[in-house]
Amino acid sequence: MTLNKDEAAYLLMEMYEVRAFEEQAEKSYMQGKIHGTMHLSIGQEASAVGSVSMLEPTDYILGHHRGHGLCIAKGADLNLMMSEFYGKENGYCRGRGGSMHIADMEGRNLGANGVVGGGLPMAVGVGIGLKQKKKGEVIMCFFGDGAASSGAFHESMILSHLFNIPVVWVCENNQYAMSFPSEKWMTSDTLAARAELYGFPGVSVDGNDILAVREAVEKAVEHARSGKGPYLVVNNTYRWRGHSKSDRNRYRTNEEIEEWKEKDPILRFRKYLAENKLLTEKKMDEIKDQAYANIESARQFAEASPEPALETIEEGVYAP
Amino acid sequence: MREITYLEAIREAMTQEMERDETVFLIGEDVGVYGGAFQVSNGMLEQFGSDRILDTPITELGLTGAAVGAALVGMRPIAEIMFMDFTTLASEQLVNQAAKLRFMFGGKATVPMVLRTPAGSGTGAAEHHSQSLENWFVHVPGLKVVMPTTPYDAKGLLISSIRDNNPVLFIEHKLLYKTKGEVPEEPYTIPLGQADVKREGKDLTIIATSIMVSRAMEAAEKMAAEGVDVEIVDPRTLRPLDTAPIVNSVKKTGKVLIVHEAVKTGGFGGELAAVIAESEAFGYLDAPIVRLAGREMPVPYNRNLELHTVPQVDDIYAKAMDLVKGRI
Repeated sequence: MTLNKDEAAYLLMEMYEVRAFEEQAEKSYMQGKIHGTMHLSIGQEASAVGSVSMLEPTDYILGHHRGHGLCIAKGADLNLMMSEFYGKENGYCRGRGGSMHIADMEGRNLGANGVVGGGLPMAVGVGIGLKQKKKGEVIMCFFGDGAASSGAFHESMILSHLFNIPVVWVCENNQYAMSFPSEKWMTSDTLAARAELYGFPGVSVDGNDILAVREAVEKAVEHARSGKGPYLVVNNTYRWRGHSKSDRNRYRTNEEIEEWKEKDPILRFRKYLAENKLLTEKKMDEIKDQAYANIESARQFAEASPEPALETIEEGVYAP
Repeated sequence: MREITYLEAIREAMTQEMERDETVFLIGEDVGVYGGAFQVSNGMLEQFGSDRILDTPITELGLTGAAVGAALVGMRPIAEIMFMDFTTLASEQLVNQAAKLRFMFGGKATVPMVLRTPAGSGTGAAEHHSQSLENWFVHVPGLKVVMPTTPYDAKGLLISSIRDNNPVLFIEHKLLYKTKGEVPEEPYTIPLGQADVKREGKDLTIIATSIMVSRAMEAAEKMAAEGVDVEIVDPRTLRPLDTAPIVNSVKKTGKVLIVHEAVKTGGFGGELAAVIAESEAFGYLDAPIVRLAGREMPVPYNRNLELHTVPQVDDIYAKAMDLVKGRI
């Protein structure tokens, strides 16, 4: 797959924004400015940005609890997203959802999910709705290797095939379901092969190679959009940080983490862009600086934003 | 007026809403060619086709989640779970997703879906096909919980549930499916959260849900023959609960018996008792608030044991007479 300079700059910017956003969120958490917990996807940027970049703005996504990158890639406003992390009234969810529940209904991001596998059955219904509306829109549903062992996965794969819906299933295999190594029961290749058994195509790719991700996802989206039904893409990747803020990394070695850091998806993409003379080092550094500046500005926006008023506490439980 | 069964009333509500609104569809196990395990959707596949009557394999979690997702993009799905016992398999999507999405997303999402399911014992279906789990879901903000008793209520409440912009759990009763009553042919709505005084009286208030309303009505006839005048209040919607008719009735009669089929501990009767105890009706009580409910046990298979697991007409009569005669 070839890229032009604008696409290259856009993708690099998105990846840097995801990286910078999560680094800032982590920092603010360590400073006690953000409470709760968060699940960082640092190291998985190529999977999120590469996959979502193949969608049209009118397409939908459903995410998982490690879905900050998906939201940014789907066009989330960084200020409103950071405000949500800070629990502020002007955040995407008015401070009610936080890190695990960012949704942007206008941007057709139907939300991240705190339940592993929670979004999978919902994607089936979104697909049923889109099929009936006949506008050629697709739903891309993200989940991790953890969700792939759940009953929700099995039921959702079956129903998506049965109803022949326009869904692209994207498994981000980051190797561990919290501490449980997915290789004990599957690999990206064997998971992708299961799609065939459910009756539709599946492919596994190097999820740290944004171009490989885009190439695989492009086929999947085209397949779904043309009415041929579901398609599974497994992005083989790795999270550098712990599962959440409680993780002490007892289940893996520092050597393993360092090995994966060598496969940094952003540096790999930079290397490709330099070798193919798409962007100069200077231009790429400028993009990086701009991404970090955008996040710094989002931090300032969030910190200056108002807290939800206590008298609004019960708003939104029911729809009128 | 024309009389039809409770089952036909439910089918008519679904059919009329599907004719009126193309975003409404039915999804469930055996709802298509089989017509539903209890024949509720019989004939609907022929009328609406397989794009709107979606037959699924055994996927309670999957089909319920499909309803949630479809609702998120503007559809109005009706999901059928064949027996209420199997809502346990669907509860992740119902409790964690459907009920919370709107609030969790800052009030920016809507989940207009209905989950229909038959509850209750009395068919000899034993432990896994006889439970009344309504109070599990009453406990979840974000859900609405409806339990109709009559064919008239079933149709009007189901149409309201389909048009409501929130997830609604619509709990039917297997033994009521074949009961008949007057039902207008044209579509009509009964607001969710509106209780109904099914019988007026002055000596005792009975608050009952689902099939216990009809059993209480029978008991009340027997008592009337003995000169006791019973008032029966049917909440119809458990969440949101319309408390005023309950409080007013207890103020009038000074005595209250609460009857439901679900196990007493943690059942909806506790909530009703608390509503009365916390209200101005408390000072009007001439006797303790009394609950009559399912025994603290699973529903057994044996016919006689099954009958004695949940309140029957004679049980309601006996308990109500005890209350009226000052024996409690």
